Amino acid sequence: MVESLGESGKKRTPNGSARSAVLDMRTTKNEVAIEIIELNKWFGRFHVLRDIDLKVMRGERIVVCGPSGGGKSTLLRCINRIEDWQRGRVIVDGTELTEDLKTIDEVRGEVGMVFQQFNLFPHLTVLENCTLAPIWVRKMPKMEADEIARHYLRRVRIPEQADKYPAQLSGGQQQRVAIARALCMQPKIMLFDEPTSALDPEMVKEVLDTMVGLALDGMTMVVVSHEMGFARQVANRMVLLDAGQIVEVNEPAAFFSHPQHERTKLFLSQIIR
Amino acid sequence: MAVATQPSYIRRAVLEPEPPPAASAAATARTRARLFDGPFNAALTLVGIVIVVALVWPTVKFLFIDAVWTGSSRVDCLSETVGREVGACWPFIKAKFTQFMYGFYPASEQWRVDVTYLLGAMLLVPLLIPSVPSKGLNAVLFFGVFPVVAFFLLVGGVFGLPHVETRLWGGLLVTLVISFTGIILSLPLGILLALGRRSQFPIVRTVCIIFIEFWRGVPLITVLFFATYMLPFFLPDSWRIDALARVLIGVVLFAGAYMAEVVRGGLQAIPRGQFEGAMALGLGYWRMMGLVILPQALRLVIPGIVNSFIALFKDTTLVLIVAIFDLLGQLRAAFADPTWATPVTLFTGFAFAGMIYFVVSFGMSRYALFMERRLNIERPR
Repeated sequence: MVESLGESGKKRTPNGSARSAVLDMRTTKNEVAIEIIELNKWFGRFHVLRDIDLKVMRGERIVVCGPSGGGKSTLLRCINRIEDWQRGRVIVDGTELTEDLKTIDEVRGEVGMVFQQFNLFPHLTVLENCTLAPIWVRKMPKMEADEIARHYLRRVRIPEQADKYPAQLSGGQQQRVAIARALCMQPKIMLFDEPTSALDPEMVKEVLDTMVGLALDGMTMVVVSHEMGFARQVANRMVLLDAGQIVEVNEPAAFFSHPQHERTKLFLSQIIR
Repeated sequence: MAVATQPSYIRRAVLEPEPPPAASAAATARTRARLFDGPFNAALTLVGIVIVVALVWPTVKFLFIDAVWTGSSRVDCLSETVGREVGACWPFIKAKFTQFMYGFYPASEQWRVDVTYLLGAMLLVPLLIPSVPSKGLNAVLFFGVFPVVAFFLLVGGVFGLPHVETRLWGGLLVTLVISFTGIILSLPLGILLALGRRSQFPIVRTVCIIFIEFWRGVPLITVLFFATYMLPFFLPDSWRIDALARVLIGVVLFAGAYMAEVVRGGLQAIPRGQFEGAMALGLGYWRMMGLVILPQALRLVIPGIVNSFIALFKDTTLVLIVAIFDLLGQLRAAFADPTWATPVTLFTGFAFAGMIYFVVSFGMSRYALFMERRLNIERPR
């Protein structure tokens, strides 16, 4: 099963909204950002990813959804090789991820990741969280790193929290810091692993708004999320992952209104209340 | 409809926050009352008071009230001479003080030890006070430069300083040299071993496990004996290592193995997400460990680390059995001096040594507690 922008384009229904057409303008550059080829992974005897093929173009925004335990997070974590795999290839920004640690760290520098549990460093201030990698990985002078960090903290609308420690912030603020921290490396690709699942309901929106802002700027994004409103708003393509397999790939309008696969229909009926 | 007995409620006025009620004298009164509320608690309280009095009073009496403060020989500390019961014989300590501090370090060269102490204190004190700036430089000077300077100062043989053999060293000097070296080197060694034990490379892991389990499995006395008396048989003559240096190596490896397990405990307490967060930013292994994981892990195990430090400090007394005279060793040597042979010499000496060990250990403990509190204020949970 090979999924690509071309294929999903073929399936595109004529009722795609004007807004998503505007978003699509920025994705027309025909550069591949991420290519996943026949990826297979096992946890012990459990076959968690089965023959995953996925191509993400530069500027494209993919939302991956599916039932829990289906392998969504694992797939995402393979893209920056936080998880390794047994068979298959992952090529990020033209670089194939292999055992080579140096390549892995280089790719990780180009790929930002936001976690469900934020994973901020509690012993560092918000600003230090943001400048750590630019200073130590990019070898950026501290002044410059501070400036960039403050820029991105403004963008996620919490510049005034720069000198606090993560534990002093609300969940929504922490997640926005996490997004700013990833952006400080000025990545080409952003991965989001259920970024709003650990948040109190009243804080979900502030994080989603930040992500929509990023999408509007043309960032290449792969998002594991069940926020269907967000998916409809920014996704170029939806991917449904179940039992380690890609079940359906389609643009959001068609995905939500005319799901093709039985599994997709079932999944959507369960999450849309 | 008429079932509703509870009317709906809408708040009209906002409650302003009030200060908490002041801690009253009632709390103290309550504590006092609890000491005697009922026969069991009253009995416990009385037993407690008896124990405290029975322990504290004789100690104070021995150390201060009955103590002899001036004198020049054993005669001054005998009850027959003084005409009453005699407590601590402090002139003994005074007479032997130089020996307790320097061992047999030549009197003309003892200023070198003092200069070393002074240098160490001048670098250590600002390092320990959080508000003093430039900690980085200070740390480099204390951990990097000071040991080298101290080595040349104490050993000599360069810059016109006469060579002083380590077998002449003794007393508090040896105690401090061994514990300082042990403390400074066992922590980095322990960190490396702990990381190695968690390594994904089977060979590194196995080597570290064998190392740790070996050194934890043998008593320190065995290590010291082996280093002092057996090693020379195995090593060629040209490899002859100084006796004190052999002991130092033994102590460092021994303490490092213990430290490794303490640090490993801290590493295990760090959530997986911290590793992943660091990895996702492209921090390599050493930067991830050095900047993200270890600062958190070590903070968690400060009590364990200080525990090891204190244990190490007191374990240095074991070097006595390989004929190195640390503070306690020097003390025991002084007991043999017939000039000061009195019934109280032994107690006086041990009381003195006990106080020194206690002050240093307690100081480490309090400082660690202070550091822990400070770090917790910086990072509220």
